[in-house]
Amino acid sequence: MLALRTALTAFRRAPLLSVLSITTIAFSLFAFGLFGLVALNIRNALQQVEERVEIRAFVAEGTTVERITATGDEIAKFPEVARVDVVTQEQALDRARKELGEFKDVFESQFLPASLDVHLKQGFRDPATVRTVADRIRGYDFVDDVRFGEEWITQLYRLRNIAGVAGLTLGLAFAAVAIIIIGATIRMAVLARSREISIMRLVGATDGFIRRPFLIEGSIKGVLGGFLALVMTYLAMRVLEQYLHFETAFFDRRLATLGVIFGALMGLMGSAVSVGRHLRRV
Amino acid sequence: MIRFNNVTKSYPRAAAGQSALSNVSFRIAKGEFVFLTGPSGAGKSTILKLLYMDERPTSGEVRVSGYSSLEIKRRDVAKLRRRLGIVFQDFQLLEDRTAEANVGFALEVIGTPAANIPNKVARALTQVGLASKATAFPKELSGGEQQRVAFARALVNDPFVLIADEPTGNLDERATRGIFQLLREINASGTAVMMATHDLQLVRSTDYRCIELNHGEIVFDSADAPKIEVEAD
Repeated sequence: MLALRTALTAFRRAPLLSVLSITTIAFSLFAFGLFGLVALNIRNALQQVEERVEIRAFVAEGTTVERITATGDEIAKFPEVARVDVVTQEQALDRARKELGEFKDVFESQFLPASLDVHLKQGFRDPATVRTVADRIRGYDFVDDVRFGEEWITQLYRLRNIAGVAGLTLGLAFAAVAIIIIGATIRMAVLARSREISIMRLVGATDGFIRRPFLIEGSIKGVLGGFLALVMTYLAMRVLEQYLHFETAFFDRRLATLGVIFGALMGLMGSAVSVGRHLRRV
Repeated sequence: MIRFNNVTKSYPRAAAGQSALSNVSFRIAKGEFVFLTGPSGAGKSTILKLLYMDERPTSGEVRVSGYSSLEIKRRDVAKLRRRLGIVFQDFQLLEDRTAEANVGFALEVIGTPAANIPNKVARALTQVGLASKATAFPKELSGGEQQRVAFARALVNDPFVLIADEPTGNLDERATRGIFQLLREINASGTAVMMATHDLQLVRSTDYRCIELNHGEIVFDSADAPKIEVEAD
């Protein structure tokens, strides 16, 4: 209780330093948040593209619809498969007419083969699994040809991996910078109160007791900085949306809470390092 | 109660072969009043720092109230200091707090229940003769009064020894006499006093024990002189 009161008094005694600290934390978390938002949107976009990963098995002419349907049901039971759509010759023609409107008069009935469109479950869309499933489907004797855009899937996965690694690396770098900045701002607070700390030690306060208000102060600054960063990130996203006419996703409540908790943790770590260093020296 | 056994203290940055203290040994009994004198750099402050375990000896041992410098843990240093009263030449008061808040601070930070603090603070301020200035801020007080607040803070936890490092160094003669009278009263109530001072006139005006240092060595201890009785440990 006393520690909390002392921490809050520190805010009241040095409002400018506190505002400066919170703003600095907010800006570093804002950079982190912006990057997180970009990563989130890349991930969402990739997920949407990924959902389009499908294997199309073209069926030989003359195969009965019953047989195609039965095989479709069989394939749907593969553990990797989410759903199988049976596309008859008529449906294939309709689709082609829709997709390639300017040529709609050219297409005649029976021109396109029937097919089985196989959609894979999330987590089974990597190139190796797609190839394995495609090979298994190729084993059916009435299947003429199987297509799945191998090159395209490999590229997609490479892009996702690069985005993941870049996100993690830059994220960690931003986090480290934020911790250093928080440590520096708490250090200023520690130095501003060094006389108080030396008196506390002189009259027999334990290190834990001295440390506690600073840890609380750091955490509060982290939380406030986190909230401010969230607001800044949201506003930045809205501005970008307006100028770029680009629909973006924002952090859901869970991610936003995690961000603020992360801010608090950074505040805690930064102050723990600063106070620890100071206490070891005095 | 307090014992220095062959204590040597060298600071890492000091010139080779130069020690702040060399083979210093003495004992201080319960309730004793001891002056530490000697020129600047003689080692007076080092002895006091070793006493409240702010420094550890390079060799030898310091024992204070059952705690040994050889094995004391950081946490126990805090416990030991709760039983010591320490005052400095520069008062070391918090400028943004009143006299009573400065004294109460020493109780707050060691976890004294809030309900017990006002009474103890009032008693300590009365003891140093500053009850009427409890709500004054340090800058509203004279040097002597500020030092009295520092004494009240040191006394509020009923220490068994009061360690005073040049407590009259910043005061005029009148204030010095007042502070010294206060120290005598504190000692008369049973608290041991160890006071480092330059003021030889003050030392000579009493027959309290005097330990004189020079270049980190004890050059005179009145406890060993024939005219003064050696007090038993």
